[in-house]
Amino acid sequence: MKKILELKSLTAGYDEKIVLKGVNLVVNENDFLGIIGPNGGGKTTLLKVILGILKPVKGEILPNGNDRCIIGYLPQINQIDNKFPIPVKEVVLSGLMSHKKIFGRYNSENKRRADELMSQMGIIHLKNKNIGELSGGQLQRVFLCRAIISDPQLLILDEPDTYVDSNFEGELYEILDQLNSHMAIIIVSHDVGTICSHVKTIACVNETLCYHDSNIISQEQLKAYNCPIDLITHGEVPHRVLKHHHHH
Amino acid sequence: MNELLELFQYNFFLNAVCAAILASISCGIIGTYIVARRIVFISGGITHASFGGIGLAWYLGLNPVFGAAVFGVLSALGIEWISKKTDVRQDSVIGILWALGMALGIIFIYMTPGYAPNLMSFLFGNILTVGALDLYLLLGLCLFTIATFLLLLRPILFIAFDEEFARTQKAPVQFLNYLLISLVALAIVLNIRVVGIILVISFLTIPQTIANMFTSDFKKMILGSIAFGILGSFIGLLVSYRINAPSGATIIFSFVILFIVAKIVQLIMISAKRKKTV
Repeated sequence: MKKILELKSLTAGYDEKIVLKGVNLVVNENDFLGIIGPNGGGKTTLLKVILGILKPVKGEILPNGNDRCIIGYLPQINQIDNKFPIPVKEVVLSGLMSHKKIFGRYNSENKRRADELMSQMGIIHLKNKNIGELSGGQLQRVFLCRAIISDPQLLILDEPDTYVDSNFEGELYEILDQLNSHMAIIIVSHDVGTICSHVKTIACVNETLCYHDSNIISQEQLKAYNCPIDLITHGEVPHRVLKHHHHH
Repeated sequence: MNELLELFQYNFFLNAVCAAILASISCGIIGTYIVARRIVFISGGITHASFGGIGLAWYLGLNPVFGAAVFGVLSALGIEWISKKTDVRQDSVIGILWALGMALGIIFIYMTPGYAPNLMSFLFGNILTVGALDLYLLLGLCLFTIATFLLLLRPILFIAFDEEFARTQKAPVQFLNYLLISLVALAIVLNIRVVGIILVISFLTIPQTIANMFTSDFKKMILGSIAFGILGSFIGLLVSYRINAPSGATIIFSFVILFIVAKIVQLIMISAKRKKTV
């Protein structure tokens, strides 16, 4: 398995406040990692460091600088100004910034690729609409198109299941499963139950990072990882989150 | 009509018409960026900070436009730098610069011996006294702004829309932010001559707001803002000449009238659309 990203005894935070301490993490190609943890535990800070928009206080991220792999990123959609005058097709094209020089033009091949992705996501009819006219689920699809148009080696999603109808949630994980065949995925979620049934491995983040090499995790293990979150499950024995059963 | 044609024989009037067109183009482009990016308050701070430069230049016997340009660009870069590199609250910094600029301007102007300039013309502008140098500077600004936006429209748009995402894609965010905020400062400073310190912000926001009623495409918003800018400033120019009032005030007043008319048109369009679908 090819290693695409490694964090080595990394410490990160803002000014005087340290949020993450001694984090070690390896991401291989075809990984599907779920990141869980309490609010304020450092999930977002970890993402920012991986994305290269926050410099770590201590520690190393490999590969370094310009050799860093191309990362596709889906931010939390409540951070987006949805009154901004920009049509859907342009938002999707903006995912190609990493491939373009500052004066680089966007050619018909780029536009064709954007159309193709929008068709796959079922939003091609919205292509010329302004983003302000879209629903939460539609907006999420637009940002997913933007995140993957650059064919990244690593796709990072920050709470993609917030503000989304349950209809799209199921569809989203189907899409992610397909994408996972040719890119590593890191997903942050507050909905432990849902992500655990889709990811391959889990990392609990609460100041430190505990890596769990499976997607089955129990309340006791979470406690041991110093990760005080509740597993929301249904039924009599709410101690284990299991894979979804396949119905044929 | 004849009276109108006669006006064009006067040099000052031709200059004013050129100034109105150039102001509409530069404010149309830069203003759309300001409105889209929600940096109206920053722009207000830069405007008033530049008054300090006007005062200093006056005191030193230099052209006030250059003093204003230096103060405007420096305060713009300062605001951008402070808000990125430190955790000082940006709006507080803007508030301080805003008042400091005005205070310095007044102090310098009153310290200048001899003839005290007409403060009103800085505060409210006068398009009818625009000279050749002002026009050349405005023309240069327009050409540079048009070239910048033609070459860099997508990066500018993408970074303005979602700066954090742009940074994850290794886009030249910092360079473009500094470039754009400097352009904002220059557009403000050079248009102070036309509509004055107090009113320039409305030249950068009202035509854009009108255009935004009918389109939410960045490019069309720019073109619409230029068109509404030219229309509003021509009406204002004629009214200014006719009733002998400061042109800055009449131009902004006609913008507001245009805004109200546009709002009514928009409401009629919406209700017509609704009837159609019912």
